[in-house]
Amino acid sequence: MSKENIQTITLSLLILFLIFFVGELATTNGERNKKDLSEYEQLMGLGEPQAHVPGPIEVLKLAVKELSHPFYDNGPNDKGIGTQLFYSILRVLAGYLLAVVIAIPIGFLIGMSPVFYNALQPYIQVLKPISPLAWMPLALFIIKDSILSSVFVIFICSIWPILLNTAFGVMSVKKDWLNVSKTLEMGPFETAFKIILPAALPTIFTGLRISMGISWLVIVAAEMLVGGTGIGYYVWNEWNNLDLTSVVFSILMIGIVGMGLDLLISQTSKYFMYQE
Amino acid sequence: MPYNSLDNPYSDQSDLSHGAGCSCNSCSTQRKIVASENLPDSEETIVNRFVETAIVKSLFKGNDLNRRRFIQAVGEKTFKAALFSVLPMGLIQSCANDKKKQVENGGGSQKAATKLEKTKLNIGFVPITCATPIIMSKPMGFYEKYGLDVDVIKTAGWAVARDKSLNKEYDASHMLTPMPLAMTLGSGSMAAPYIMPAVENINGQAICLHLKHKNKRDPKQWKGFKFGVPFEYSMHNFLLRYYVAEFGLDPDKDIQIRVVPPPEMVANLRAGNLDGYLSPDPFNQRAVFENIGFLHMLTKDIWEGHPCCAFACSEEFAKTNPNTYAALFSAIIDATQFSSKQENRQSISEAISPKNYLNQPTSVVAQVLTGKYADGLGNVINAPDRIDFDPFPWHSMGVWILTQMKRWGYVKKDIDFKAIAEQVYLATDCGNKMKELGYTPPTTTYKKHYIMGKEFDPSKPNEYIDSFAIKATT
Repeated sequence: MSKENIQTITLSLLILFLIFFVGELATTNGERNKKDLSEYEQLMGLGEPQAHVPGPIEVLKLAVKELSHPFYDNGPNDKGIGTQLFYSILRVLAGYLLAVVIAIPIGFLIGMSPVFYNALQPYIQVLKPISPLAWMPLALFIIKDSILSSVFVIFICSIWPILLNTAFGVMSVKKDWLNVSKTLEMGPFETAFKIILPAALPTIFTGLRISMGISWLVIVAAEMLVGGTGIGYYVWNEWNNLDLTSVVFSILMIGIVGMGLDLLISQTSKYFMYQE
Repeated sequence: MPYNSLDNPYSDQSDLSHGAGCSCNSCSTQRKIVASENLPDSEETIVNRFVETAIVKSLFKGNDLNRRRFIQAVGEKTFKAALFSVLPMGLIQSCANDKKKQVENGGGSQKAATKLEKTKLNIGFVPITCATPIIMSKPMGFYEKYGLDVDVIKTAGWAVARDKSLNKEYDASHMLTPMPLAMTLGSGSMAAPYIMPAVENINGQAICLHLKHKNKRDPKQWKGFKFGVPFEYSMHNFLLRYYVAEFGLDPDKDIQIRVVPPPEMVANLRAGNLDGYLSPDPFNQRAVFENIGFLHMLTKDIWEGHPCCAFACSEEFAKTNPNTYAALFSAIIDATQFSSKQENRQSISEAISPKNYLNQPTSVVAQVLTGKYADGLGNVINAPDRIDFDPFPWHSMGVWILTQMKRWGYVKKDIDFKAIAEQVYLATDCGNKMKELGYTPPTTTYKKHYIMGKEFDPSKPNEYIDSFAIKATT
């Protein structure tokens, strides 16, 4: 192991230790255990823990408990964290794959024609920054199904980066390479698949990666709004009860799954990288 | 027993004017001749035919010649289709059959007698104690008792509950009593015919203020306050407006009223984003429990016995699944009556507190339901009627709600208060259902209400609105 690696790992561990230490010092456990409570104090819940920001140890304890039964089912409104994440990932993949299937071919076409690119640019720029929560009422009204609406909202939010990056990647393929293909007398399809696609792939993958991140952001917001199942609903349900320990735990899980999804795309993209 | 009067009412060939005891010439000579092969044979089909015939006859005011001419002109099929599209024929027929069976069974339970069209149902609820009958029917087996397999689905707020009901993801839903009125008027959403067969709870709300305001108990000191209510079309909004207006504050100018979903109320109060709220429990009691707020007053002290939440479904659901609807209706009325008994409240609190339902500490829910609670200012108060459950949807309550919608400018046009209240609030159905289950319904559907000592006479809605000094100027 190189010296630099050791330094990195030490620093990482130090940050983790600091988070734990400061976290434990800065938070209380919410216990209000007083003895000999009067009736009023009992009704005020002085014998029971108050809502509070949890310390790292409390979150860890909850994580162990939740992760040891990730798929429990206590009825339609109370399912394990594993089940909730499963539903969310499923919705994200559905909306995301739909966006990929549609955005890449269209992006390809736009990229080949500067006229198209410039004509569509203003529309894309207007649609790109719209928040998923703004789409939701419209989607619910038109689609009339809350699950399909969440999938649609993921689709509509994640399509733009893929579209723009694909178009940009296609546009910036080197003229020299296209000229070479001409001298070799390649047809348009051969040029597209043998020259343009491989050349544009790294840029396309950047778009895919951004979109995956967006999809995962969107699903939490969408599920908090429509409820039912999924990690967003889980956060909302725990907030409902002011159970911040569960909220912090689910925040961690959202982060970890998000990281996993990002890793998946970035690892795949390595196969398509090239150096000039 | 071939009676001509029970012949096919949709055909222009049949003659419905001759009953069993007809003494006209043609009948007395042809009594034993079968009039048509279309005559019903089984008991149930006779009842069905009788109902159809009665309706068709009444359409033409008993003039059989006009009926035959009309059908000849438009055709049998068109006539039948047009009639079925405006009338819930299946529902009416099954009601008539139910009644008959009830009489036969000596008025006993009819659950074995009818076949349910659909047993697997989804019912939406917003996690508040108002929904107690809808929620507790699941863990305490009221749905099961009537042969239904119901999933109660937690919903984040009423806008979503409304949309999911319109989408048919929910077969029926927990709503606020003004919502079906507003939906039917097309106010604040697209117009869709909704019916409200039963009220869930009466009373049970409170005005909760941040602890920093504990010396400002006089509403005159509330100028500039930010208040939360759960929905525009809610009793909470109308009661808060009424209350502050009685103290001379204009709710549209002197205070700010924001719509905040109930579960987010406590967090907003803590953050200082709200000075107080008139919201459903358990979130008032939860603010006390977390030492953030105190209970300024219970809404029962504004209007003793005011309605709050309701059980509602689309007219279409009731029409297409009459037996399921009847069973569900019975389960809800039964559960509402069960909830209204003080001795059941503790066990209900334990049944509805878990994560799958309200997701609240049991002691908070129990304080709301039993009425023995801490007010956040150091007192233990015993108010057994803090929340109560009464299914009867008084038409006069509907009229009051409509007067307030008019008063505050939610409805601009002139409306027929009584007609709308009677279309949406199914008081007669509810009364019949209560009788069927052995409870005593009120004998009228209108009564005078007293809100903060002021009389409301449902027969004079416009005069009532004019009697207020503070109202939205249109």
